[in-house]
Amino acid sequence: MLGINDPVIYIGYLLAVLSLVACIVYGIKNWNKGMETNTEEIQKDLDWEEKDEQMQSEI
Amino acid sequence: MNTFTLGFVVVIYLLVIGYLGYKGYKTTKSAKDYLLAGREIHPFVMAMSYGATFISTSAIIGFGGVAGVYGMGLIWLTVLNIFVGVFIAFIFFGRITRKMGHNLDAHTFPEFLGNRFQSKKIQIISGAVIFIAMPLYAAVVLIGGARFIESIFEIDFSIALTFFSLIIAAYVIAGGLKGVMYTDALQGTIMFLSLFFLLIVSYIKLGGVSAAHEALTNMANLVPESLQAKGHEGWTAFPKMNSAWWWVLVTNIILGVGIGVLAQPQLVVRFMTVKSNRELNRAVLIGGVFIFVATGFIFTVGGLTNLFFYNESGQLAIQVAKGNVDLIIPEYINAAMPEWFVYLFMLALLSAGMSTLSSQFHAMGTSLGRDFFENVFPNKKFDTMFVTRIGIIVGIAISILIGYQLPGSIVARGTAIFFGVCAAAFLPVYFASLYWKRVSKTAAMWSILSGLLASVFALAFMHVKESEPLGICQAIFGQPTLATKFPWMIMDPIIIAMPISIIVLVAVSLATPKTSDEHLAKCFKGIN
Repeated sequence: MLGINDPVIYIGYLLAVLSLVACIVYGIKNWNKGMETNTEEIQKDLDWEEKDEQMQSEI
Repeated sequence: MNTFTLGFVVVIYLLVIGYLGYKGYKTTKSAKDYLLAGREIHPFVMAMSYGATFISTSAIIGFGGVAGVYGMGLIWLTVLNIFVGVFIAFIFFGRITRKMGHNLDAHTFPEFLGNRFQSKKIQIISGAVIFIAMPLYAAVVLIGGARFIESIFEIDFSIALTFFSLIIAAYVIAGGLKGVMYTDALQGTIMFLSLFFLLIVSYIKLGGVSAAHEALTNMANLVPESLQAKGHEGWTAFPKMNSAWWWVLVTNIILGVGIGVLAQPQLVVRFMTVKSNRELNRAVLIGGVFIFVATGFIFTVGGLTNLFFYNESGQLAIQVAKGNVDLIIPEYINAAMPEWFVYLFMLALLSAGMSTLSSQFHAMGTSLGRDFFENVFPNKKFDTMFVTRIGIIVGIAISILIGYQLPGSIVARGTAIFFGVCAAAFLPVYFASLYWKRVSKTAAMWSILSGLLASVFALAFMHVKESEPLGICQAIFGQPTLATKFPWMIMDPIIIAMPISIIVLVAVSLATPKTSDEHLAKCFKGIN
C-alpha cells in the first residue's frame, strides 16, 4: 500500500490516521458539550479565589 | 546560513516570547493563577501547550534521527502518542482529573494524589520524586538546547547555557503557568508549521508519496550488515520479531514513551487549567492534529532522508551524518530545504526545547515549593508564589549542575529514566485514584514506593543502557548488568516495574481499610 510492503508498517500508518480521525470526530461532536453549568463549581471557584486572597493578605 | 539574519529572527522571536511572558505576569495575581493558570485557559492554548511540552527537541532531532537509521517502525509511537497520549489521556484521564482536582482544591499533581488519598505524606513523597528525578530530564533538554545554540551561533557553550537558562527562567518565574502556556502555544504553532512544511516538501522533492515509499522499500538491500544483525529489514519494514532492535523499539520507545506520557506530572496538571470539560473536548481535536503532525511527520521524514541522500550522493543518512544519529535531521534540512526554511526550523527546534523546559522548571518549582516545603513545615505560612519561585530557581540550578557534572552518557538517558520512574511510581495509583474506589491510602503509598524502587533497581542493575553509565552495578557486582539473558538487559524498566507497582496496589488495597464513603463522595462529586 502506497509503496510500503510490510503490513506492520502500513497498519501502523492506518491506525495513526484512524486515531487522528477519532480525535477530530470526538472534538467536533462534543465541541459545545461539557460546559460547566453547575453553580456549585462556579461558587467553589469564587471561594478558592477568596481563600487565596485571604492567605496573601495574612502573609 | 547567514548568522546575522538568524540572529535577527531569533531576537524578534525572543521579543514575542518576552511579551507573552509579560502578559502571563500581568494577569497572575494568585496561587491559582501561578500554579493553574487561573483555570481559564483557552482549549487551543491548552492543547498546544500539552503537545509542545511533550515534544522536545530530542523528540524531533533524536527520534527523527532514529527513524533515519531504522526507518518507519516509529510510526507505532505516533499511534500511541495520539491514541494514548491524547485520546485516552484527555477523555478518560483528563476530564475526571479536572473535576476531581477541583473538588479537592488540588493545584499540582502531587497535591491531587495527596488530597485524593487524604495523605500529606503521599504529596510530599510524590513532590520529592518529581523534584529529584526531573532535573535529570531537564538537564537533557537544557544541554541539548545549549549545544544547539553553541553550534549555530558559534558561541561558547557556557554562554549559550547561561543565556538559554536565563531567558526561560525569566518568563517561568515571572509569569508562572500562564507565562509557560502562552509561550508554549506560540512555540507549538511554530513547530507544527515547520514539520508540516517539512514532510510536504520532502514528498514533492522525492516524486510523491507512493514513488518515494517504493524507492525507499527497494533500498532494503542497502541496509548495513551491522544493522541487519540487529533485526533491521529495511526503512519501510518493522524490525525482525524478537531481534535486539525489535525489543528496543517495542518496549523502550513505543511502550516506554507511548504509555509513560500518561503519568507525566507536568502534563497532568494541564487538565486542571481549563474551566470545564468543553475545553478538554475541543483540545482533543487540536491536540490530536498537533501530535499527528509533530511526531508522524518527522518519523516519516527521518526514514525518507535515506532516499534523498542516496539519490544525491549515493550514501545512507547515517553515513552523511558520520555516524551521529542526532545530525541526520539537521544535515537533511541544510541539504534539502530552502534557506528561509532553515531559519524557521531553527526556531522550531528552539521552541521545542524551550516549551519542554519551561514546563519542567515550573513543575520542579511547584514540587519543591507547594508540595514539599509547605507540607514539611505545616505550621509556617508560606506565600505559595514565593516558595514556588524559589523552587524554580533551585531546580534550574540543579539541572545546570547535573548537565555540567554528570557524564554525558548518564545525562543522555535522563528522559528514559524520568519517564520510567514516573510511569512505574505514579501511573497505577493515578489510574486507580480515578477509577477504583476500593484503592486505599496505604496501598497508594506502597504502590508509589514499590514502583519507584523497582524502576530504580531495573535502571541501576538490569537495563544496560542506564546501568552501564551509572556504574553502580559494576562497582558492586563487577559487571555492567545483572541481566545476563536476552532480552532482559534491553527490556524497558517499565515492563518490569509497572506490574510490580500494580500488584502491590491491588494486594495492599484488598488487605487494608478502604477510603471513607464521605471522602469518596467529595472526590467523585459531579463525576458520573
